[in-house]
Amino acid sequence: MSRTLTILTAGPGVSVQDMGRPGYLSQGLTQGGAADPVALHEGAALLGQSAMLAAIEMPGMGGTFEASADTRIALTGARMSAKIDDDPVVWNASHLLPAGARLTIGGAQTGAYGYLHVGGGFDTPVLLGARASHLSAGIGSVLEAGTSLPIGADNGGATGNVLTPVDRFGGGAVRIVPSMQTDEFTPETQNRFEATEFRRDARGNRMGVRMDQPGDGFFAADTLSIVSEVIVPGDIQITGDGAPFVLMCECQTTGGYPRIGTVIPCDLPRIAQAQAGTALRFAFVTPEEAAQITARARTEIKTLAGQVRPLVRNPRDIRDLLSYQLVGGVVSAMADPFATLTEEPTP
Amino acid sequence: MTKHPEFPRIRTVGLSGLLVSFGAAMSEPANRAALAFRAAVDAKGWDEVAETSTSLVSTFLRVDLAAVPTQDMIDSLTALLATRDWYDAALPSGRKLWSVPTLYGTDLAPQLEEAAQAAGVDADTAITDLSQARVRVLTIGFAPGQPYMGELPDHWNIPRQQGLTKSVPQGALVVAIRQLIIFTNASPTGWRHVGQTAFKTFRPESETPFALSPGDELSFPAIDRAELDHIRKHDDSGNGGATWEDIA
Repeated sequence: MSRTLTILTAGPGVSVQDMGRPGYLSQGLTQGGAADPVALHEGAALLGQSAMLAAIEMPGMGGTFEASADTRIALTGARMSAKIDDDPVVWNASHLLPAGARLTIGGAQTGAYGYLHVGGGFDTPVLLGARASHLSAGIGSVLEAGTSLPIGADNGGATGNVLTPVDRFGGGAVRIVPSMQTDEFTPETQNRFEATEFRRDARGNRMGVRMDQPGDGFFAADTLSIVSEVIVPGDIQITGDGAPFVLMCECQTTGGYPRIGTVIPCDLPRIAQAQAGTALRFAFVTPEEAAQITARARTEIKTLAGQVRPLVRNPRDIRDLLSYQLVGGVVSAMADPFATLTEEPTP
Repeated sequence: MTKHPEFPRIRTVGLSGLLVSFGAAMSEPANRAALAFRAAVDAKGWDEVAETSTSLVSTFLRVDLAAVPTQDMIDSLTALLATRDWYDAALPSGRKLWSVPTLYGTDLAPQLEEAAQAAGVDADTAITDLSQARVRVLTIGFAPGQPYMGELPDHWNIPRQQGLTKSVPQGALVVAIRQLIIFTNASPTGWRHVGQTAFKTFRPESETPFALSPGDELSFPAIDRAELDHIRKHDDSGNGGATWEDIA
């Protein structure tokens, strides 16, 4: 009997994700996969396993989960309140989820997409080469209460480790390179685009994120007659009303709206993790600069495993101190209060 | 033959790859050129190329331009482009002709009147035009298995809407710029919803998940509401009453 993780409750849009399905562009299917792939790398580093394994993605809100056997877990991405039974647990860390214990993950405090990883990954059926739900394509579905997900064989390893996450939360500067139609926008429009502070619109999902700003829209010279052309995640499409729409992991493969630029891949998680209302700015870099930035970001990902360190239960790491039983004096915090004398170790 | 000195044209697509375009607008020779050039790139088996695809008049090569020198790829593509006249290429082999029953207008396809008006015809003429047209899959894109088909007669060169329709359902037949699309899934669109089919372009659990290929041809004979309801009730193949035969 293989291990399972049962979803007792789940927020809207919770789904199984991995690195997605490359190779189907010609059939109109984009890669999909985790909205924030960096989180998959962080989870893999914390559990000492492959980043290709499937995890649970939680947009904005987590859920409650119970494992059929002792299971190593890691929590990454958007920081969410989390506890195992009544004990708060630290985010960006690995933990042991004992069989039958209840893992409760609440709302996102910083960021938009939280991730729950298990040792061995989720062993759900592979469809077209991946386990990821591609919601806009109609592959897989969101997870609902009562679902039990099979867990793959865990190669084992420590829990109680922590990792400082790659900086990508809270919006800020996003670097872009010119796209196919950037020249269709006047230099003044491009400058105004770079100078504008945008707010992530509430209308955002795995397909794309709309950007709000109070001023006039951004219009290309010839908006409505551009031939439908290939689209890649990160493309900033200007729709008919002049609003920028950043295309995300589950975007379409082609589109006929002009693109003012393309977010460089390593900055796309910053867009994914921006909560509604978060301020973002776009800044053009040259393709050469973008290649260097990307190389540095890839190096940072590769060094994640080496940065994992034991979790010290520093009170500053624990959000809600009051919910801990702070025991002192003669009673050991480690002792089982129900243990009988005969079970006491011999001195 | 609609050659232009600017084409074929090679451009980068962010850091994600390169696009070789054979025209600034849809044309039949440019569409064939893009399909043939993609096949030629695939035949080269270049290690740098992760995958290829075509859009209406372009071939896309997914290449990691953060790691692969862009100029090297451009040089390789320029050399391959020079080997022949791509606008003269033949269509792919193994093509099919599909006949897809379609309900035009009614509350299930509410923009028939509006589209007809934009095309300068009445609704009945629009149904005749669209149900008798034989169109070709120019590209698969936007959503999995979703065909862009053309080209319709010139008066169907109607623009997309300025705003987006919030959602058209799976199987919707929509029109703009002399082309038709069958929507794979419910989706917002700027194209006008003129017909409704029960045809599934993407069947993820099937052995053939993608029903159509570029180069396939289709027609959309008109049916009434009762026939569509009957098909929806009885068809579990995904074909939605459609039939096909080999044409090449």
